[in-house]
Amino acid sequence: MNITLNGEKKEVPNNVTILGLLEFLKIQTQRVAVELNLEIVKKDKYGTTTIQEDDSLEVVSFMAGGSMERATPGRGVN
Amino acid sequence: MADDKLVIAGIEFNSRLWVGTGKYKDFAETKRAIEASGTDVVTVSVRRVNIIDKGKENLLDYIDPKKYKILPNTAGCYTAKDAIRTAMLAAEAGITKLVKLEVIGDEKTLFPDNEATLEAAKVLLKEGLIVLPYMSDDPIMAKKLVDIGCPAVMPLAAPIGSGLGIRNPYNLRIIMETVKVPIIVDAGVGTASDVAFAMELGCDAVLLNTAIAGAKDPIAMAEAMKYGVLGGRLAYKAGRIPRKLYATASSPLEGMIGS
Repeated sequence: MNITLNGEKKEVPNNVTILGLLEFLKIQTQRVAVELNLEIVKKDKYGTTTIQEDDSLEVVSFMAGGSMERATPGRGVN
Repeated sequence: MADDKLVIAGIEFNSRLWVGTGKYKDFAETKRAIEASGTDVVTVSVRRVNIIDKGKENLLDYIDPKKYKILPNTAGCYTAKDAIRTAMLAAEAGITKLVKLEVIGDEKTLFPDNEATLEAAKVLLKEGLIVLPYMSDDPIMAKKLVDIGCPAVMPLAAPIGSGLGIRNPYNLRIIMETVKVPIIVDAGVGTASDVAFAMELGCDAVLLNTAIAGAKDPIAMAEAMKYGVLGGRLAYKAGRIPRKLYATASSPLEGMIGS
């Protein structure tokens, strides 16, 4: 199925949970935070939250940055 | 100075120099500079994970979260809503409840939008985050942020990355008299004397990034900043002599030949 992941269209397995998707993408769960359709998903729900077609997912982590980073206005996690 | 620990919200900090992780040549340089600075606090931004390029290195592979206190910031946010969203995501990553709250009001100066900062701080404090707000050097703003529960304040010295040093030491002094929480000077410092000056004024810590990352020799500058903060803090605690208009001789008048 198609979803939007970090702003890009992506094809992912049907009925995948957030945990399943992170494993599929080989992303470690410890240092990331996930937002599904603009709502933050608690870590203990990764295994039980299923992603639907056309869902929008943001997977963020800590990156280098002091205070010069600029986001596109309206998209804080850019 | 074992009994001069900086404590914020019950968290003990070993260093009064806090360092950002942005604008370095690469992660290896970032790591070396941070080590040279002697800091135990590094700020990081909250950004999308790189899905495509899996070979891309991870900052936290170079900066050990067990060795350093990670201080996520809401850099790049221009609205309270974005800052709240970013801060909540940072907290959800599960490493820390600390957040350096930045809501920027203007692209050229990167000055904080104090009003939006206050609004975001209220929400985040209610959510249980430890909010360290970046603000202009305005004592009224400092009081408002502390009154709602911020355990420290972070007034700017000068615009981010400007290297101008402490623009308004008088406001910083007034802030110190207005609020009784730690004051961490953030943004705009350029070199070691700037941080020494901030510490001599009585500020509790200094956060900087560009001054080190943008220096010709970042590793050397990191070390210089370490000593600047140490020297400034010691001088502050030592109690300086007053400034006088006229001279006061240092040598005794008795026993001079020919008298």
